[in-house]
Order: sequence, then C-alpha cells, then structure tokens
Amino acid sequence: MKQFLIFVQKEFYHIFRDRKSLLIIILMPIVQIILFGFALTNEIKDSDIAVLDESKDVATAEIIHRLDASRYFNVARYLHSQVDIEAAFKTGKIRLVVIFQNKFRENLLHTNHAQIQLLADATDPNTATTVTNYATSIIRDYQNDLTTNTPLPYQIEPQVRMLYNPQLKGAYTFVPGVMAMILIIISAMMTSVSIVREKEINTMEVLLVSPLKPLLFILSKAIPYMFLSLVNVSTILIVSVTLLEVPINGNLLLLMGEALLFITTAVSLGLMISNVTSSQQTAQMISLLGLMLPTLLLGGFMFPIESMPKPLQVMSNIVPSKWFFIIVKDVMIKGLGFKMIWKETLILFGMTLFFLAISFSKFKTRLA
Amino acid sequence: MREAVITANKLTKKFGDFIATNEVSFEVDKGEIFGFLGANGAGKTTAMRMLCGLSMPSSGSATVAGFDVYKQTEKIKQNIGYMSQKFSLYEDLTVSENIRFYAGIYGMARQAIKEKTAQLLNQLNLTPEANTLVKALPLGWKQKLAFSVAIFHEPKIVFLDEPTGGVDPITRREFWNLIYRAAERGITIFVTTHYMDEAEYCNRVSIMVDGKIEALDTPRNLKKTFNATSMDEVFLQLARGAKRSDD
Amino acid sequence: MQAVTVEHIVKKYGSKKETVTALDDVSLDVAQGELFGVIGPDGAGKTSLFRILTTLLLADGGHATVDGFDVVKQYKQIRNRIGYMPGKFSLYQDLSVEENLRFFATIFNTSIEANYDLIKDIYIQLEPFKTRRAGKLSGGMKQKLALCCALIHRPVVLFLDEPTTGVDAVSRKEFWEMLKSLKKQGISILVSTPYMDEAELCDRVALIQSGKIMSIDSPQSIIKKFTKKMWSVRSAEMFRLLNDLQQYSNTEKCYAFGEFHHLVLKNDAEGMDPVMHYLEHLSHLEIEMQLAKPNIEDCFIELMSQ
Repeated sequence: MKQFLIFVQKEFYHIFRDRKSLLIIILMPIVQIILFGFALTNEIKDSDIAVLDESKDVATAEIIHRLDASRYFNVARYLHSQVDIEAAFKTGKIRLVVIFQNKFRENLLHTNHAQIQLLADATDPNTATTVTNYATSIIRDYQNDLTTNTPLPYQIEPQVRMLYNPQLKGAYTFVPGVMAMILIIISAMMTSVSIVREKEINTMEVLLVSPLKPLLFILSKAIPYMFLSLVNVSTILIVSVTLLEVPINGNLLLLMGEALLFITTAVSLGLMISNVTSSQQTAQMISLLGLMLPTLLLGGFMFPIESMPKPLQVMSNIVPSKWFFIIVKDVMIKGLGFKMIWKETLILFGMTLFFLAISFSKFKTRLA
Repeated sequence: MREAVITANKLTKKFGDFIATNEVSFEVDKGEIFGFLGANGAGKTTAMRMLCGLSMPSSGSATVAGFDVYKQTEKIKQNIGYMSQKFSLYEDLTVSENIRFYAGIYGMARQAIKEKTAQLLNQLNLTPEANTLVKALPLGWKQKLAFSVAIFHEPKIVFLDEPTGGVDPITRREFWNLIYRAAERGITIFVTTHYMDEAEYCNRVSIMVDGKIEALDTPRNLKKTFNATSMDEVFLQLARGAKRSDD
Repeated sequence: MQAVTVEHIVKKYGSKKETVTALDDVSLDVAQGELFGVIGPDGAGKTSLFRILTTLLLADGGHATVDGFDVVKQYKQIRNRIGYMPGKFSLYQDLSVEENLRFFATIFNTSIEANYDLIKDIYIQLEPFKTRRAGKLSGGMKQKLALCCALIHRPVVLFLDEPTTGVDAVSRKEFWEMLKSLKKQGISILVSTPYMDEAELCDRVALIQSGKIMSIDSPQSIIKKFTKKMWSVRSAEMFRLLNDLQQYSNTEKCYAFGEFHHLVLKNDAEGMDPVMHYLEHLSHLEIEMQLAKPNIEDCFIELMSQ
C-alpha cells in the first residue's frame, strides 16, 4: 500500500510541476466546449425568416410585426403558397418559415384556439432549436397580452416541424463529442506518455528491478490520470450547463459513472500503447492518429454514421468513443435511464476488459 | 610566426545573477591544439557557445577567425567546424549522404564535394562503407567520420566537445592522429575532454574553475608550476577548490 | 558462494538476416565483497551483460547467477537483493533530492531512516540541497543521489553501469572513494566503465571488447602479463616523433600516451641506443627516452591487437 501511495504521489508531483501541460489539460476542454458552442450558436441574431400568411388579418399582422421587431428575426420574404416554402429554404438564408392558416383571427376569436406552424431548417439542429424556441416565446408573449383582458384564455398553438433532420441529430452533440475526445486524449495519451517517459530516462529499468509488482505500477500510473479526467468531465459539464445552457436531462450520477467507465477504457488503451512504444513522441503520435482520429471521424458526432459507406459503419463499431458518445447523448441530452443504455455500457465494459487483459499480459517484466 | 585566430578579452556571460563565464581572456594561435578543460559546470560550454556565435556575450570582446562575436556571427559560422559526442551525424543517413549534406550546408560546389568525398573515404578506409547507414558503423568510426565531416569545408577552426567519450583506446589514438594531421594543415583545434591523458596531447591547455580561467600554459609548464607528475594531478588541484558545480 | 557467476553467456540482437553478437561466450565470477570492474569501450557489451545479470534481459545461451539465484528462473528473488544504477540514469528531474530518495526507498519496501547509516556518508553531502529538484543538480551530485537511490534498500550486490561517464575528473575520483567505503560494508560491487585508468581502483577487472572478454584478473596481474619492455619517448615535435617511431624497423608498436609516446620494440635485446641514434639522425630535438611501467590501457591495447 505504501508503495502504491508514494507512486501515486510521485505521479501527481510530475503532473503539478509541469505547469504548462497542466494548464493545457485543464483549459483545453473549456476552450473546446466554448469554441464549439459559440461556433454553433452565435448566428441567432437577425436570422432571416419567411412568412406564409393565408389569413392576412390584424392578428397575423401583429405577430409578424413582433417577430420582425425582435432582435432575433428579420422577415425577409413573404410567401404566397405552400409551394414556395421549399424554394425559400433552398436559398439557404431562411432559417424559419412561419405559416398562418386561413381565418387565423376568426378561429382565435370564436374557438379561442388557433394554430401557427413553425417550419425550421434542422440541418443545423442547434440553430433550429434555438430559432423555434425564440419564435415560440414571442408568440406566447402575444398570446398573453391578448388574454389579459378576457375571461377565457386564448390559445395559440405553435406547431413546430423540423425539416430535413426531424430527429434533431447533432443538437448539442458537441458536448458529448468533446467529452469523448478530451477523455481519449488526456487519459490515453497522458498515461502512455508518462509510462514511456520512465523508459526514456531509464528509471523504468530500476523500477523493473525493484520488487514493485506490475499491477501496482500500472494502477499507480492510471489513477492520477483517471482523476484528472474526472476533473475534466466536471469542467465540461459545468461549462456546458452554465455558459452554453445545455441541460443535463438525465441522471448526473449515471453520467459520471459512465464517464468513469470510458476513462478506464481510454487508460487501458494508453497502457497498450505504452507497451509497444519506447519514445514519448511515438506514444503521442499513436495516441493522436490511432485514437483521436477514429474518435473524430468514426465517433459519430462529426459525421453521422448512418450516412457513411457500409465498411466504415462496421468499422465504427470497434471505436469505443462511438459507444460512449451514444451513452452520453442518451443520458445527457435525451434524459434516458440505464435501461436504455445497458447494451452500449456492456459493449464498452467488454472492450475495457479486453484492452486491460491485453496490456497486463503484454506488460514486460524485462526489457525488450 | 604567431597568428592569433581566437582572441577573447574579458569575455563574460551572465544569466541573471549567475556569472557563467567571468572575464575570460586568452588567445589561440593558428594551427594550435588548444585544450579547454574544466569541471562540470565550470563554464566551458557557455564560453564555447559564445565563440561559436551561438550565444551573445554579456560583456567583453572576442574575435574568431578575425570576426567579431557580437556582430559577425554568420561569418564566424562559415569559418568554423563543430563536433560533439552528442551531436555528430545523422544515424539514418548513409556515410556519403552525411558528407554531402554537411558540405552542401557550407555551400561547397558539387564537383568539389564529389572529389573530396572520395578522397576522405579513402583516407578513412571507409570506401566500402560509403552507402552504409551511419548507425551501422562502430562508435569509433562514427567519431572519426564526424570529425572529418566537421573539417570537410576546411574551416579555420574546429571546436570539439568531448569528441572521444567512450571510444576504445586504439580508436581514440587514431582519432588524435586525425587531429594532429588537421593541425599540421593549419586548422586550429579547440577541444574539451574528460580524459586527462588527452590534455597532454594539446599544445596548450586552459583550466576553468568557477567561470574563470585559473591556469593556461603548455602541459609541461603546468606540471612544473603545480609541482605535479601528470595533468590529472594539476586538474585535481585546481578543480578540487571549485565551489560551484551547476551544469 | 560467489556473488555473481557467469558461464558462457551469449547475447545476440537483431533479425535473422543481420545479427549482432553483443556478448560472445562470456564467463566470469565475482567473489563476495569484491569490487569488480568491467572495462571496455562503448559497444563492447557491458550494458548487455549488466542487463542480463539484473534480470532485465534474457541471454541467448549460458547461465548466470546472482547471490546464488538463477537470473532466469529466480529473477524475483534477485530483484529483491540487488541495487542497480543503469547507464545514463537520470532520476526524476522534477522531483527533489529527498522526494527521489523517499520514492525509491518506499518502492523497495523500506525507508530512508531504516538504512540511513549505509548512505549517510554520501547523503550528507546532498543534504544541504535536499529540497532542490534533481534536474537542477550538477552531474557529480546527480550521480551521488543515484547511488543513494540504488543503495537505499541495502542490496547484497550493487550493479553500476558506467556511473562515471561524462563526469569530470574530480567527481570521478570522489565516486570511486565512495565505492571503496561501500566495499568495506561488505557489498559486492560490479561496475562498468570506459575509462581505463579506473581499472586500477578495482580488486579485479574483466577487459571486454566486441562482446569478448580478453582478460580477467587483478589489475596488477594483468599488468604483470605484459612481459615486453615498454619505453616512453618524447621530443620537441611529438606528432613527427610518432610517425617516425612507427616507421622504425624495430618498432612493434608505438602510440601516443599522455606527454610521452609508448614504444614496444620487436627485439628487446637491442635496447634504447639504436632508437636514440635513429631519432637523432632524423634531427629530433630534446629527445627523452626511458623505461616505463605499462598500465591497464597499455595492456588493453596489447590485447586488442592480438
């Protein structure tokens, strides 16, 4: 136990004394989340929208005016029939089409009930969600203003339809995506580099010759970086929730537990890399090319896996990040429980066991 | 006739409060083999870097091959060769590729490179190994080749930083024969070493202690002055008093 | 029981096409409490031998034991009993002197306090700097700290692979004085070095070159085996003198050696007079010539050229 504690302590010394690397490790996730977040959501101001008004009455005119007057929207086009909608979206500039059915005001006055259709271009799902949310709230404001003087409440029901990407694939998916990427880099690369460094400065020879058990060596190398990765998960979550207002819809404990599982996967990959390399540069290169690239390309958050060629789809199954990405998306964004993700969890668990088994069995108690 | 190719006058380099090289003055003559000794951390490397034009002195003056170390570092670099135990040749290039590369850096003409390469390989008995990767050569051969490459462009001065570390005794002597031959051609040799017997091979030796040159003379006179039987003893007498030992 | 036995050890590297033989049928014994030197240039096979004995490498042939344990089958027992300082061992640069030492002590299941008496003489020189990072120490200091780290668990056999390489003459001298005092404490020490002059500080040495052991004996006995007369010669022009002596008809061997050249003649009976005449004839000035005592380096050169 004493051996283990001092080893872990030593690893933390290495981490905390290399100020520059530590700073990068701590700041990288924050910067990435913020960059992704703003790159995806900063275009909401003065978004061009189109209006198809089949009613053309006082009420619709007022709503259109309110939309246009808000700082979020700019009514750029008035459409004349349903046929024009497609063409409006095809220009690429229109993010939202607002459709008033015939006799909007009449319906509202007589039945206290009317519908507005909001059609959004969901190829960029983050923007689509935001745009429809803003539009809905402007309509709700109008409805509330109307209702103040009447005994019976008026109900204007906005019907939101997402075009081109009805399931909103990609909404906030950069958060799970960045999480998967950061964890792979920190856990796998740092673990492998820290082991390989011992080889480079020949301390490995002394450690091998010592009574230190391989298991203890591996554990003490893994734990500090697992801890650091958990810190990263927390900062990512805090930044997403506070700064980008991405909600955590599911169970936080479940999310952290799954993150810990994935960190273990990444660390075991790092151990495997350290077994086959003897220089820090090689370890870094392998981590980058062998782990980060597949995570980016086949993890599913940059490019939808469904639209990939079949062989790539099959290949994506062996990328652990893909499964972690699904898990985080389901728990964090969709708010699903463990029942819905046990399959993915099991796959990830199996992979981790497999990698760990390999790295333990290949761990060399001698030199080459 | 004496002709100084290196002059240093109160050459000083400070790193903050730390005076790595403290008012060092000396002259080295053309064709001389000048041993530059000192314990680890005495300031040898710093002094050598200033002379090679790699580091700006804090004060004092120095010229190398007639060029000023403050203003004419590019000219200095054209006129010197450099070789160290750590950095010498590219292990993953062949013997002739290494020669061609270094000669190319110094702007030698292609025809001249070709002729001199053949001559050099012949002289080192390396002709059959011309297309061998350097990493496959024994250490001693590598060091001899590295030295020959360092003087390939006929520099006025060659700086050797512990060139013979770990080399077997016979190869070490063959290496020194190369040094002697280069000196006879008029190339000035500026060499550091941890082997005290090699200090005896030098025409003159300086010994640095704590940033200052504490002794500078021929090995023979040094032994007389310090009443010692070998350079080893001279060195120990001087360096034992050293206070600092930072690298 | 011997501290170390090595019998017909062979070690090869490389693929099937190109094999390099690092150790070629090497045998030696180290007695308990002995200070044994393995002397040879870089690439002679010293590090391979040390790695085999410290159970880090498997030999391709032969047997070896350390403190009575087989290096292959009983490597775990050996690992508990030995101290090892690899070549270019650089400690943890970002850990302080004390942190390094405490780390290695704990890894070896002991504490600094438990074995302080063993390292006291060495550590006392480091104590003023114990909070300083190892990376900020001088070469000599680093080497002392590395030695402390290798000793902290009171090993039975100590393996030091080129501990003095790249270290200045003063620190080298101090290091050997430390080894002598460790020897007094009964630790068997195996040390390798490329510096021939360090051979004379060992009880016995093995001279090794290209994977083969050329001679094993006490330094004195090795020198005694050098039966020919050896002359030291100097003149005003040393390089010309060397060339001229190498051309001389009765010269078996002549090479530079410090301020003199060492000369071995084919026919000892002729003595120095013909040599002096020859040199005077070539108008050398300030000629000095006298009989000299050969040392280990002379013997190494002699053995190498056999």
